[in-house]
Amino acid sequence: METEAVQEVYAEYEQHLNKKIFDDLKAALPEKATKQQVKAILDRLVKEKKASSIEPGESVGLVGAESIGEPGTQMTLNTFHFAGVAEMNVTTGLPRIIEILDGRKELSTPMMEIYLKKPYSEGKDIKKIALMIKETLAEEVISEFEINILDYTLHMKLNLAKLDDIGLTQKGFIRALEKAAKLTVKEKEDGIMVKASAKDASLKELYKLKERIKVTYIQGVKDITHVLPIRRGSEFIVITAGTNLRKVMGLDFVDTMRTVSNDLYEVADVLGIEAARQVIIDEIFKVIESQGLNIDYRHIMLVADMMCTSGKIKGITRYGVVSEKSSVLARASFETPIKHIMEAALSAERDHLTSVVENVMLNQPVPIGTGLPGLVIEVKQGNVKKDEKKEEKKGDAGEIGESEKEN
Amino acid sequence: MTDHERFTYKKVESIEFGMLSPKLIKKMASAKIVTPELYDKEGYPVDGGLMDIRLGVIDPGLKCKTCGSKLKECIGHFGYIELARPIIHIKFVPLILNILRCSCRECGKILIPKNKQDKAAEALEQVGKEGLENRRLKLKEILASSKSVTKCPHCKAKQYKISLEKPYTFLENEKRISPIEIRSRLEKINDEEVKLFGLSPDVVRPEWTVLTVLAIPPVTIRPSITLESGERSEDDLTHKLGDIVRINQRLFENINAGAPEIIIEDLWDLLQYHITTFFDNDVAQLPPARHRSGQPLKTISERIRSKEGRIRHNLAGKRTNFSARTVISPDPMIKLNEVGIPYIVAMKLTVPERITDWNMAYLKKFVERGPKKYPGANYIIRPDGKKKKITDETQEKLLEEIQPGYIVERHLMDGDVAVFNRQPSLHRMSMMGHRIKVLPYLTFRLNPAVCHPYNADFDGDEMNLHIPQTEEARAEVEILMMVENQLISPRYGLSVIGCIQDAVSGCYILTKDLVFNRQDALSILYKVGVTDFSGLPDKDEIHGREIFSCLLPKDFSFVGYSKQNKKRVEPDVVIKNGKLTKGYMDSANLGHGQGLMLRNLHKQYGKDFTIDLLGKMVRLGILSLLKRGFSTSLADTDLPREAQDKIREIKEKAEADVDVLIQKYHNKELEVFPGKTLFETLELRILETLNKARNEIGTLVTEHATEGTGTSIMARSGARGTPINMAQMAACVGQQALRGARIDKGFSHRTLSCFKQHDLLPAARGFIANGFKSGLTPYEFFFAAMTGRDSLMDTALRTPKSGYLYRRLANAMQDLRVEYDQTVRDAAGKIIQFEYGEDGIDISKSEGGTINVKRIVEQVLGHGA
Repeated sequence: METEAVQEVYAEYEQHLNKKIFDDLKAALPEKATKQQVKAILDRLVKEKKASSIEPGESVGLVGAESIGEPGTQMTLNTFHFAGVAEMNVTTGLPRIIEILDGRKELSTPMMEIYLKKPYSEGKDIKKIALMIKETLAEEVISEFEINILDYTLHMKLNLAKLDDIGLTQKGFIRALEKAAKLTVKEKEDGIMVKASAKDASLKELYKLKERIKVTYIQGVKDITHVLPIRRGSEFIVITAGTNLRKVMGLDFVDTMRTVSNDLYEVADVLGIEAARQVIIDEIFKVIESQGLNIDYRHIMLVADMMCTSGKIKGITRYGVVSEKSSVLARASFETPIKHIMEAALSAERDHLTSVVENVMLNQPVPIGTGLPGLVIEVKQGNVKKDEKKEEKKGDAGEIGESEKEN
Repeated sequence: MTDHERFTYKKVESIEFGMLSPKLIKKMASAKIVTPELYDKEGYPVDGGLMDIRLGVIDPGLKCKTCGSKLKECIGHFGYIELARPIIHIKFVPLILNILRCSCRECGKILIPKNKQDKAAEALEQVGKEGLENRRLKLKEILASSKSVTKCPHCKAKQYKISLEKPYTFLENEKRISPIEIRSRLEKINDEEVKLFGLSPDVVRPEWTVLTVLAIPPVTIRPSITLESGERSEDDLTHKLGDIVRINQRLFENINAGAPEIIIEDLWDLLQYHITTFFDNDVAQLPPARHRSGQPLKTISERIRSKEGRIRHNLAGKRTNFSARTVISPDPMIKLNEVGIPYIVAMKLTVPERITDWNMAYLKKFVERGPKKYPGANYIIRPDGKKKKITDETQEKLLEEIQPGYIVERHLMDGDVAVFNRQPSLHRMSMMGHRIKVLPYLTFRLNPAVCHPYNADFDGDEMNLHIPQTEEARAEVEILMMVENQLISPRYGLSVIGCIQDAVSGCYILTKDLVFNRQDALSILYKVGVTDFSGLPDKDEIHGREIFSCLLPKDFSFVGYSKQNKKRVEPDVVIKNGKLTKGYMDSANLGHGQGLMLRNLHKQYGKDFTIDLLGKMVRLGILSLLKRGFSTSLADTDLPREAQDKIREIKEKAEADVDVLIQKYHNKELEVFPGKTLFETLELRILETLNKARNEIGTLVTEHATEGTGTSIMARSGARGTPINMAQMAACVGQQALRGARIDKGFSHRTLSCFKQHDLLPAARGFIANGFKSGLTPYEFFFAAMTGRDSLMDTALRTPKSGYLYRRLANAMQDLRVEYDQTVRDAAGKIIQFEYGEDGIDISKSEGGTINVKRIVEQVLGHGA
């Protein structure tokens, strides 16, 4: 293949076609294609793209809403479904979609997919790494508590095997416990011992101490409650329940480029709004795919863009996207109309009737689709009277558009 | 002059919201209301009463004293009452609280030092441009700082803590502030500072939030109804206003008579209650005002609010004339873009047609036939807009009268356009344009192939029909809404219309192994609508594939995959130059929403050709089934002995495996999945084992089922049912699952009383080992009923949830549109996307969401080589 020559032809068409088309073309083009043929194909592609491009006035928003809303009736309400692995439950289906579009801060199943850097991604120490990510509490490695009520001490036996699993020694554990719980811990022959301070040397306090030690954080990433190393394709990844993107990305064995969380706000906070937008798209698309439905990517993209344009994540609710609308009547027609009308009255808002519902309410053509274009009539000077009549007639024919727009 | 010429058309450009000042209320009022009485003894409205005829008329025969017009012409006029004492408007309580807290009780200045005030005003202005939500937040922020101030920065007066005792009592240092005091404080605030409370000084003064006069709405918005007994029944608002006026009068009298303070206070409170419930009868802390029957009054807020309120029900919801609704039934012999309508409907619904010199004679015929003979006409519209009904009496006169410029409303005829709709109208394909075909009987007829976009079936569904009445409406229907224009779904860029059911089975059998003699082939093709038989080979025995190829255009080439070809690597359906050379047709190529065959046909030959071809395919399928005969029977799912044996083996083995697992569980030998308990692990392992067994049985049944029976043809072609359904009939229904786990509900430690407690065996936990044909045992039947009920619940709960999601989405995005510069913007002009979908491609013009590069490469190279 005359790569250079073809490259040249490509460059010529670069501004007319997007990358995906070039990629598809490269995949579909046979080896022996000549320059003329490539050119002919590209010409056809440009023509094709023009023919399939969207027309001004198209109400893409409503079409997008329909495209997501209509299959919503076919989605199962099944809250729990298996995400690739039988052992972990994830919210999918309609509840998940609602959760995303609401822009909810509390997810029902926060989750991360952690990709690993090279030797680890091939399975090296995968179990150990997974356990290092998981948040370990003291109770998980303490196998036995013993309360000595005579001298108010607390003896604990450690599960050494488990301790080894998470990569800690007894000494390390003691250090972690001392640091997190602010205690003095002594090492004993068959475990460790904590003495209650003289001040609170009562049985009640001792019990309290025991409970406190139980939930003390020892190591790992906070909020990660479960970890599950699995094999995806040719590499090993770690799936977690609970998210903490910032901390996980700080770990040196993590492939930060591909690691994702399903928590929109966390992603927006750590990686910015564009990343959050991508998470919205990916998460919705995942659900749609798992339900075996077919919805074009562009519709989801539009919803995600709608939610993110202000720079912050706004849910599709009366507090989010809808409250941002410029029209009073459009807001009022959604929910809590009285609140909106009252507010409008106080601040002397003016509704310019630029969107759809207000015009429906007033029995006027909506500025969308065929209602968008206006008709401009050239009025000749001099013979004003006759022309005026003409203009009126034309206007009456239904094309009562915003003629000032064209001027 | 016609309607169009008589009126001047104007467009409302904007609507401004604001508040009524006491002055304005008085100015716009045409009557002062002084008495709660409504009518005198003769039933005539009392002057100065709530039904005063200066406020408009609701009785026929009376004339409005203000504008002089009659019923239905007079739009009504406001009145007012002077309140004896100021009353707080319930809807402004939060605002009043805010102002009281943030302004000085002595000098009325806002409790922010002068230097900071300017800064705040500036910041507010700045942020106001960014959006409403930000403005609201900024306002909150500005005021938050001044709430805790204890000394006025301007006059150094001491400030006290102000609290609100809900719903409308304000307390300063636990002592009540009277509305009079509140009003005088609000009066002190100057216009500049009003802005910092988020108010616009041009239209709002804070003291207006405490009412001194009350506007009385016109009678026309609260008409009384006369019952059959001749009794009058007043509107809820009138009742409420009556209460207000009565108490107000009493308050006046008591004040004038110098009554004790307690009595005045009580009446004042009562007046406050009545005025509050007049505005909103759903205030949290107040008992709602009720009718004598105990049902709450519907006052102003309730009229506006909610789905049945003014906004959503009356303003955003429009009703229409010229529409019809009836049951639908199928007719595969009409075209896809036609709708069959009964004569009754055709003679009721009309199309207006204007008389000109050229169609005069033609239209006169309709008038001659009148409303009772089809095709006739029902009305005539004179150029002055008067509508005249054609009856036996008027007919002759009208015939003489009509001349160019008149409009005849004639009956519907074949070829007129109509909009056909089925609810719920979830997407734009739920309303499509069809051509009318007037048919006998009483149902709407539609081609079964267009059922899918409407989501219709014929188990009693009803559909609506609308007749566009103006030229523009007809043009829009024909250009935008016709079935052929809606062929490609904007949701995924593939055809939403395809063959269904019998049409799929028919084409499948036909193209797979049917052979007809020449005569039959010709007869079928002719009935389908083919007139060009040149594509038919010159043989006596003609294979179905060749018959099917007759429909295809001569230069159409396509490679695709059949339904059986799950891997989709090697194409097994080949159409070359209009001949189906390899493979057969099934739902993967003929069905809706899948396969590029229909999409490619549409791309290459256009919408009209495709819709026509689809119709022919449907008819070909159905007619060849008719010729061959098609049925299903119980014997369809019979399996050979050896298959039955194998199935029994699989079942036995699965049960044995589960036994082993349970044994292991009891001995605690089971390897636990991470993050799961021992028991959960067992459950998962059992589920896995049983599902595997069912799948094995499934494949076995598919392999051994007699080919060529109705059931297997339907499953294989994708017309109806799946191989799993077949396996369920023939061999084994399988595990019934609730929430992804085996059934675990019912009695204590067991599912049904016929099992032992703690029984973990498959049969005791919802595994149905029998097939539908051999019959279910009673307990199996119970399990099936459980999952059946569960899925029924699921559907019932899902519908409102997804409906609400859809409403929210539609409301949020309805005003997004593509601008002339290709950007996607909202109504305010804010850019949402710089290019729609990042490539500006219209999905309904794409092929499955993309531009099919491969096809173009092949076509270009094919032509070149």
